[in-house]
Amino acid sequence: MSNDPRLTIALSKGRIFEQTLPLLEAAGLRASEDPETSRKLILDTNDPNVKLVIIRASDVPTYVQYGAADLGVAGKDVLLEHGGEGLYEPLDLRIARCRLMVAGRPDAALVPPPARGRLRIATKYVRSAERHFAAKGQQVEIIKLYGSMELAPLVGLSDLIVDLVESGNTLKANGLVPLEHIGDISSRLIVNKASWKMKHERVAGLVEALRGAVASA
Amino acid sequence: MNDERWLLPTGIEEVLPARAAELERLRRCLLDLYQRWGYELVIPPFIDYLDSLLTGTGRDLDLQTFKLTDQLSGRMLGVRADMTPQVARIDAHHLRREISTRLCYLGTVLHTRTDGFAGTRSPLQIGAEIYGHDGPASDVEVLRLLVRTLETAGIESPHLDLGHVGIYRGLIQQAGLTRADELRLFDALQRKASAEIEAIIAETGVAGPVGGMLLSLVELNGEDALTRASSALRAADPQVLKALERLKAVAEELSHWLPGLPVHFDLAELRGYTYKTGVVFAAFAPGWGLEIARGGRYDDIGQVFGRARPAVGFSADLKGLIALSARAADDEARPGAVLVPWDPDPALQRAVEHLRAQGRQVLHELPGQRGTPRDYNCCERLAQVDGVWQLVPDEAL
Repeated sequence: MSNDPRLTIALSKGRIFEQTLPLLEAAGLRASEDPETSRKLILDTNDPNVKLVIIRASDVPTYVQYGAADLGVAGKDVLLEHGGEGLYEPLDLRIARCRLMVAGRPDAALVPPPARGRLRIATKYVRSAERHFAAKGQQVEIIKLYGSMELAPLVGLSDLIVDLVESGNTLKANGLVPLEHIGDISSRLIVNKASWKMKHERVAGLVEALRGAVASA
Repeated sequence: MNDERWLLPTGIEEVLPARAAELERLRRCLLDLYQRWGYELVIPPFIDYLDSLLTGTGRDLDLQTFKLTDQLSGRMLGVRADMTPQVARIDAHHLRREISTRLCYLGTVLHTRTDGFAGTRSPLQIGAEIYGHDGPASDVEVLRLLVRTLETAGIESPHLDLGHVGIYRGLIQQAGLTRADELRLFDALQRKASAEIEAIIAETGVAGPVGGMLLSLVELNGEDALTRASSALRAADPQVLKALERLKAVAEELSHWLPGLPVHFDLAELRGYTYKTGVVFAAFAPGWGLEIARGGRYDDIGQVFGRARPAVGFSADLKGLIALSARAADDEARPGAVLVPWDPDPALQRAVEHLRAQGRQVLHELPGQRGTPRDYNCCERLAQVDGVWQLVPDEAL
């Protein structure tokens, strides 16, 4: 329908890029360079009409929402924080899997002693943490951090943390334990709404090819 | 301390000369266009009682509306975030006509949050509505006028996205979901998250065929969606099939009027679901990732204002359209301005009036003014030649 055959796919470096590559390859797309060694932010593929843009994981939904990229791969954790508005999320790629959890010292209380008032929660995932505790009927004080959440309970900055847990080794190394499971996280294929409509054949074709790749992975 | 007095609030913008001229040109063109199509202009107030503004609309509009207390009545006022309910009130309460009524409107609306298009909080909303006619013809007329609006704005090859809220609404009734489950399903459907939809349907135990039909909605998009919908939804309640038939009729009719228009169908697209009752649509432009105009059928919105009438319309943000216009701001080959001396000579004044009546721009040279005539975009001058005021080209200046 649209004359524009070009597609831009937004990916983030690291685990998501590594685990998306085999899926793209199954759909017939190969990146020309490795973003870990290249400093380029826009990578070519074997298809001259398809480009990959390499951006921060938390920026992927924004790029796709505003159509700077037609498609993208973003963790469910990032989508929950972004709100997912204005995006299609047609496919769970089942990669970069982990769990969003409440963690703390082994003796940490999940409910504050009556005299203490509110629990302090350190996290990068403000919306998810707020929603989780609100669903339990608990008002908490959220402290937004950008990394190394494990430190917060150790130095008395917070009572608990909300963080992604993969193997649990980082928690263990810092004397923390997972306490509550909030949700399972994996990466999703996200699509810009206008691209879905104006480049429908192209986009729907790629989504189906990736769906096939996920099913046989 | 006062260094940032020039700063404007987030999402609030000034329109500077070149763009303002372009905006005004488009505004006049569009209002003339609507007038020639038989749409009467109405000018609703900028501020209104809140309960009147939020009639029949959803929570989204409530969040988007700036609110304040009326010192005279103690009631809550809202600055309009959407003019559609106001126009519906004009039709239902003030005009009270029995005949079909075509209305158009244009004005600034205010949003509490920036959303999408150009990140503005003060769109210049333009729109047109038909009241009192229910049928594919009025749906199609509104779509035609929308397409003509985009053409007039210089937006090349717009795409249309078409759906019908009655299909989803009917299936939900057939499924008998609780309100909470329906909200979850709605949310997942808006994101086309098929795995989640599948999980919700399995979890809530919706009967086989209905569950399958709800799940099929996520696939029912594309140019051929309506053909596929007939078989996918064949076990649906009559109201669902009726909605599908209506959508097909609109698509068929539209293809006769605008055969070259790219139309994409999407039965899971539910813009304004809370108050829309029929066909819903949006327009997209190549190279732009967000919708540029939207609309649909919202029968019965006038009920609370005294009379339920069929209604269908569209709206767009004029400032957003200008930003996408392929037309250069100054492509209108307009002759430069004429510079004339500061002189009360009646003969000169007559000559100036004459030029201005022809549409020429005429500037009086202020005594001691800085710059050359070029700086004022002047290419000619009125000068006295043999006692007569005559146009002299720039070279002679």
